[in-house]
Amino acid sequence: MPDAIRNSERLPIHASGDVVAVRQAVRACAVQLGFGLVDQTKIVTAASELARNTLVHGGGGWMELEIVEQPGRKGLRLTFEDRGRGIPDVNLALKDGYSTSNGLGLGLGGARRLCNEFEISSAPGEGTRVTITRWNL
Amino acid sequence: MSGSSRIPEVLRDNEAEILAEWHKLQLAASTGRGTLREADLREQSRAFLSAFREAVQGGDLQDTRSENWAAVRDVLAEVSRTRARQGFTPVETAAIVFSLKQPLFDALAAAYGSDTAGLVKEIWTATQLLDRLGLLTFEAYQKTREDIIARQQQEMMELSTPVVQLWEGILALPLIGTLDSARTQVVMETLLQQIVQTGASIAIIDITGVPTVDTLVAQHLLKTVAAARLMGADCVISGVRPQIAQTIVHLGVELGDVASKATLADAFRLALKRTGRAVSRLSAEGRG
Amino acid sequence: MERIPILKVGPNLLVTIQVDMHDQTAIALQEDLTARIVEKRASGVLIDISSLDVVDSFIGRMLANIAAMSRILGATTVVVGMRPSVAITLVELGLSLKGVRTALNVERGMEMLQAEEQAETNAGRHPEL
Repeated sequence: MPDAIRNSERLPIHASGDVVAVRQAVRACAVQLGFGLVDQTKIVTAASELARNTLVHGGGGWMELEIVEQPGRKGLRLTFEDRGRGIPDVNLALKDGYSTSNGLGLGLGGARRLCNEFEISSAPGEGTRVTITRWNL
Repeated sequence: MSGSSRIPEVLRDNEAEILAEWHKLQLAASTGRGTLREADLREQSRAFLSAFREAVQGGDLQDTRSENWAAVRDVLAEVSRTRARQGFTPVETAAIVFSLKQPLFDALAAAYGSDTAGLVKEIWTATQLLDRLGLLTFEAYQKTREDIIARQQQEMMELSTPVVQLWEGILALPLIGTLDSARTQVVMETLLQQIVQTGASIAIIDITGVPTVDTLVAQHLLKTVAAARLMGADCVISGVRPQIAQTIVHLGVELGDVASKATLADAFRLALKRTGRAVSRLSAEGRG
Repeated sequence: MERIPILKVGPNLLVTIQVDMHDQTAIALQEDLTARIVEKRASGVLIDISSLDVVDSFIGRMLANIAAMSRILGATTVVVGMRPSVAITLVELGLSLKGVRTALNVERGMEMLQAEEQAETNAGRHPEL
């Protein structure tokens, strides 16, 4: 059964100022959900990584922010989506130390470690969608 | 189909009576175990029934996970939480919701009169709905108990991660037991907080009490060392037994520039030296 | 676009990062610092990040770059004031910032830089070195 979704918000990611806005929105939401300080920092940092990827590698896109619910706990679910070139080899991209030719690491592996749930779908020409969830445990 | 259900109107017209009868049934069913004042019981019932009535009027009598039922879920979660804390069994908590069936069916029977076909359909809809809601309390109840256990485990972990100040600027962290990723988080948080509070520049991590050191444990240790380093504190690992030294080499774990010593005493001596101190013996006169 | 101010304190440069930086601001800081190190012939750089509640891989790399570039220019960099939650997250992210000196706060960081400068001066006095 899918998790219940409470509120959702969509933020555009088209300029570096938007990455800052994403950090602030995620922080505000995490605080509101009562996340501990380390948990807040982790989800905000993961969001920052993924938002930057969306901007720099995906040519811009958006983030969907949702408060999700399971019986007895609430969480924050973020979906980053772009219509960029897509990632040719997702498994390779998830390995630490992976970076494209211009030296910018995709930071996906790191971002994954910071979240409780991580899903990615991407293919050349089809853009990329990354969904992360952090629960308030 | 929700469009033809008369449950919303029956609830609206008979809310007070249904509430009174439900409350009576709850009181009769309570076994005396667990304590909940009657006023609180009445208030929770009222809140639930009111939220239930509004949700039912929203039209969707099927999907209890939708936004329409959010307020009801909140009330049920609160009920489950308080009951769990007060020692009620999960069956007793779910039964609270199930016991609403009788008063609701009575009101529906009165509304449908001789239309038995309509009444049967309606009772089926109501049964399914209340069953789903009752099961939600069960899930929430279990989650609350799990949370209590998790919190107690966390407290135990924190208690078993004492950080001791050996000297000005020198902390010791004796690790006892396995070092899994959950424990490592607690260890890192405790150690870093202490570094801030005491202004320590050296932390001695003693692993005498860690039974096995495999690749994962080594990674957790190195993470802790890296985190302390980012806050300006160097780490020394002590209590390295011969077998552990062998394991580390065989696993190919790179300790890098992290110093390690066999005993806490050696580590302490090193820490003193690094902070510009040494222990010296008093002269015969000095000892008086 | 805001530029982070760089203060001169004796032979050292002090940078206090107090805002949630745009990526461009971070890049500008790198450029400003390297220019200023040369201009002021600074021997030390102290970066105070005690106000930052997030340090992601971009900022982390910026700090590592600043440390590397200033070393080439003959200056030592010390990053001070990292918050515990930030340190834990950075390590989880996989960035340990090896090669970046760190200290608990501005005071300790300055002591470190001064000790370093003192050692250099002493070394300079011994012609055989």
